[in-house]
Amino acid sequence: MAELIAISPCNGLLPLTVGAVTLTEVMPERVMSVAPFDGREKAVSTALKEQCGVSLPARNRRNKAAQWFGHGVWLVYADVDLGVMAAVTDQTDAWAVVAVAGDGAVDVLARLVPIDLRLVHFKSGHTARTMLGHMSVAISRTGDDTFEIMAMRSMAGTLVHELETAARGVAAR
Amino acid sequence: MRINCPNCGERDRREFYYQGDALALHRPAAGADPLAWDDYLHNRDNPAGDTTDLWFHEAGCGAWLVVERNTVTHAVHNATLVEKVRR
Repeated sequence: MAELIAISPCNGLLPLTVGAVTLTEVMPERVMSVAPFDGREKAVSTALKEQCGVSLPARNRRNKAAQWFGHGVWLVYADVDLGVMAAVTDQTDAWAVVAVAGDGAVDVLARLVPIDLRLVHFKSGHTARTMLGHMSVAISRTGDDTFEIMAMRSMAGTLVHELETAARGVAAR
Repeated sequence: MRINCPNCGERDRREFYYQGDALALHRPAAGADPLAWDDYLHNRDNPAGDTTDLWFHEAGCGAWLVVERNTVTHAVHNATLVEKVRR
């Protein structure tokens, strides 16, 4: 029988420290995408509140157990039982998640991302679907100097390469 | 050029994919006159001025939008979720 070995999306690529910025891989234990069916958003939110202790966050927001992930879609970081209220898909191994931390993290991302991620506009708990280079990503601010970036697992190498190159550029200034 | 996505706010044009005239939302009834189907499928105006198109927020929230814009001034007047547009 084949011996299967679990390998994380950024295996062998992270962690990295470039100047004042560190890149580390985040490994969520469970990631479920939840897309409530027509008119069931409130019911889903109520059910989540019972099961995970949090409601569905508003658009462009994230809380400790769930994150807005696009038009009518959320990610929930726990197993959920929503019956026929929503389309639920296990995405646990589908996303590469990288934490970008340190003084200057925002300057690194400014080189890659077309939206304004400065603290005055993009606060802790805010999340956005946008681009990093040519890639579609989700970016969340997790603290004053920390961000979390999600890209499709198959793009993990590109994500790390883009971030490392930008971080080197910032460090060289 | 920027489009004000109802979900995400003002975003750069590169996040969006252009589909074509929003006429595509107005599908004729199944038994409609062949000329109505001809117009729906093939015939498009090419206005110098205000136009209404379908755009997809591909590298953002993934919503389809109806965007009103001006082809002469490049001004973007309005963007609405397709599901909120009366059809």
